[in-house]
Amino acid sequence: MASQIVNELKYLEGATLPILHALQENFGYVDRRAVPMIADALNMSKAEIYGAITFYHDFREAPAGKRVVKLCRAEACQSMGCEDLVHYLETKQGIKIDSTSPSGHLTVETVYCLGNCALGPAALIDGALVGRVDKELLDAVCAERPHERMEG
Amino acid sequence: MSGWKGDKMTTSPITIYIPRDAAALSVGAERVVKAMQDEAKKRGVDLKIIRNGSRGMLWLEPLVEVVTAKGRVAYGPVTQKDVVSLFDEKFFNGGAHALGHGLTEEIPFFKNQERLTFQRVGMIDPLSLDDYIAHGGFVGLKKALAMTGADIVQTVTDSGLRGRGGAGFPTGIKWKTVLNTHDEQKYIVCNADEGDSGTFADRMLMEGDPFTLIEGMIIAGVAVGATKGYVYLRSEYPNAHKIFGEAIQIAKKAGWLGKSVNGSGKAFDLEVRLGAGAYICGEETSLLESLEGKRAIVRAKPPLPAIKGLFGKPTIINNVMSLATVPWIMANGAKAYADYGMGRSRGTLPIQLAGNIKRGGLIEKAFGVTLKDVIETYGGGTASGRPFRAVQVGGPLGAYFPASLLDTPLDYEAFAAKKGMLGHGGIVVFDDRIDLARQARFAFEFCAKESCGKCTPCRIGAVRGQETMDQVIAGETAKLGLVKELCTLMTDASLCAMGGLTPIPVISALEHFPEDFKPAHKLAAE
Ligand SMILES: NC(=O)c1ccc[n+]([C@@H]2O[C@H](COP(=O)([O-])OP(=O)(O)OC[C@H]3O[C@@H](n4cnc5c(N)ncnc54)[C@H](O)[C@@H]3O)[C@@H](O)[C@H]2O)c1
Ligand SMILES: Cc1cc2nc3c(=O)[nH]c(=O)nc-3n(C[C@H](O)[C@H](O)[C@H](O)COP(=O)(O)O)c2cc1C
Ligand code: SF4
Ligand code: FES
Ligand code: FES
Repeated sequence: MASQIVNELKYLEGATLPILHALQENFGYVDRRAVPMIADALNMSKAEIYGAITFYHDFREAPAGKRVVKLCRAEACQSMGCEDLVHYLETKQGIKIDSTSPSGHLTVETVYCLGNCALGPAALIDGALVGRVDKELLDAVCAERPHERMEG
Repeated sequence: MSGWKGDKMTTSPITIYIPRDAAALSVGAERVVKAMQDEAKKRGVDLKIIRNGSRGMLWLEPLVEVVTAKGRVAYGPVTQKDVVSLFDEKFFNGGAHALGHGLTEEIPFFKNQERLTFQRVGMIDPLSLDDYIAHGGFVGLKKALAMTGADIVQTVTDSGLRGRGGAGFPTGIKWKTVLNTHDEQKYIVCNADEGDSGTFADRMLMEGDPFTLIEGMIIAGVAVGATKGYVYLRSEYPNAHKIFGEAIQIAKKAGWLGKSVNGSGKAFDLEVRLGAGAYICGEETSLLESLEGKRAIVRAKPPLPAIKGLFGKPTIINNVMSLATVPWIMANGAKAYADYGMGRSRGTLPIQLAGNIKRGGLIEKAFGVTLKDVIETYGGGTASGRPFRAVQVGGPLGAYFPASLLDTPLDYEAFAAKKGMLGHGGIVVFDDRIDLARQARFAFEFCAKESCGKCTPCRIGAVRGQETMDQVIAGETAKLGLVKELCTLMTDASLCAMGGLTPIPVISALEHFPEDFKPAHKLAAE
């Protein structure tokens, strides 16, 4: 499967990122064991490929939680209280930003700007953009409860 | 379609618009679409829903528009709960409702704009080529195809268009360098990394009128003899990725992209590449490294990308807004564009009003409008209702301005004169709860996290700056001298503007809000 992805994409100009994105999309992370194969296919050194994986914030080397919240902490969202949400998650829900909950249910990560700066605080929740994020919404995510603002 | 539907006669379906723009989706546009469909079915109303881009009045999203004989009538912000009452009040005939705003184009926020680059955004179905062409699409390209490369470049130069990515370098002059650099292979690269906090114009255009960017890139290719284009799009924009990707496929099928653009015999092809969550990839040479499949370490300039760019080939690299403005200029003439604006800032700026603001969104205006006008007249003040205290313009590397600088006009030179930066046109408003010492600390933290690591002033300076600001915040105000020294070092010795401009937010905070750096402030705040 991984080798199939690599072989399909290796002919692109500058194929590294497309390959890493495709691997992560399929497996949820980029396994270190794929590095030699990618290096080989692209005629690059293993150090170059590994360097790329660690350089870009998007790529994970281990699977994330079942749900992933990417919370925007850039200036426009700061002005709307995103840091209160970070604090709330940590003190009330026991979830530290930029980590995965011990149960493996939830990963919360910092991102800087999602292009929704007039409707902050913003977050990508399982890939879907949500505006005006508040504590109540985060409670629902943490409790694995459905929430009307996350459907559709 | 006509006939008896329920108890009323409908001669044609009712057409409504509900955006597919990411901001609208983020507050429930998709749920409104479903609720509308269900309710229409229940009542036997023949409803046609077109998914448009956003009109840019983001506080009204989801904004539902109904086509009436008088024009499009707006309702918003609509939630799924409002749908029944909207039908009860016959919104589909333009009926009065608590969420009604009358004709969309008469809403003052929208009406008092000069929409050139954004002329079609929110108006049309972004993925309908017919709609695009009916609203003036490809007129500029057709003209360009009948011109020499040098004439196209001259038109862009005469328009006065400057790079909307932030640096404001004249676009025509950049193109001329590429035109005059001879090579078998040249590239057009569109910078859609839009990393600045407070900015979303690139995203809105790519979601709301993607063919305009495609047209602009083809014109660039035709002008300088480049046959291949790349759009480097940030991965934080999945919705733009989807819509723009569909638009490329549609344009290919219709022959606007490919071996012979619209039968002209000139080839141009286009591909989107996703970034991977690194702010520095918006810096042009870092972006090129990334496109080449490497770690995105900044290259020293010269050589300029215009001479040695992607894979060492002559490359036009431009921001989305710069490229998407070219079709308007080609269609309407350089002079028509240059007639807007002030001083050396010609044309219009798609302003993005964000942060703690009552009416946030996209405002395209001729250069010269003041910050105060934007924040107060358009924005209506803070969202929280608390007093305004600061505004950051130009993204994370831009200055924090106090109320006393709000009379500054939006103009590259006017901002530079006040030690600020207009950048990509993002305006982030803060109320009186902002602590500028914390913002100064954040500027260093952001630089430390996002530095490419190539040069020491930036890599080490930012980390030391963050640590030192921590000490200042803890009460060691004597350390402010060290903060200033670090700023001087970063300004003078950084290789690129990441390290070089990080001192701008820091120094502006210190200069305009010194009270936030005093220990007494900390005590009072606790
Ligand atoms: N849009 C965003 O999200 C964002 C984020 C961070 C920074 N920025 C902006 O980036 C700016 C800095 O960018 P930069 O370091 O690329 O600026 P720069 O001044 O080095 O370059 C500006 C552009 O002009 C080109 N250029 C310069 N001289 C040329 C010549 N003689 N011929 C042809 N082309 C020439 C450069 O290649 C580049 O494309 C900042 O001012 C900031 O506003 C934007
Ligand atoms: C740290 C940093 C980040 C940047 N990010 C962006 C960006 O996200 N989008 C952009 O268009 N330009 C960005 N730029 C500016 C580009 O380097 C370059 O000037 C621009 O793409 C040129 O296009 P233009 O002339 O059309 O503005 C950034 C510059 C720096 C130093
Ligand atoms: S200033 Fe920072 S981001 Fe720019 S080249 Fe140096 S280390 Fe890299
Ligand atoms: S700053 Fe949070 S979405 Fe832009
Ligand atoms: S590499 Fe040493 S200062 Fe830039």
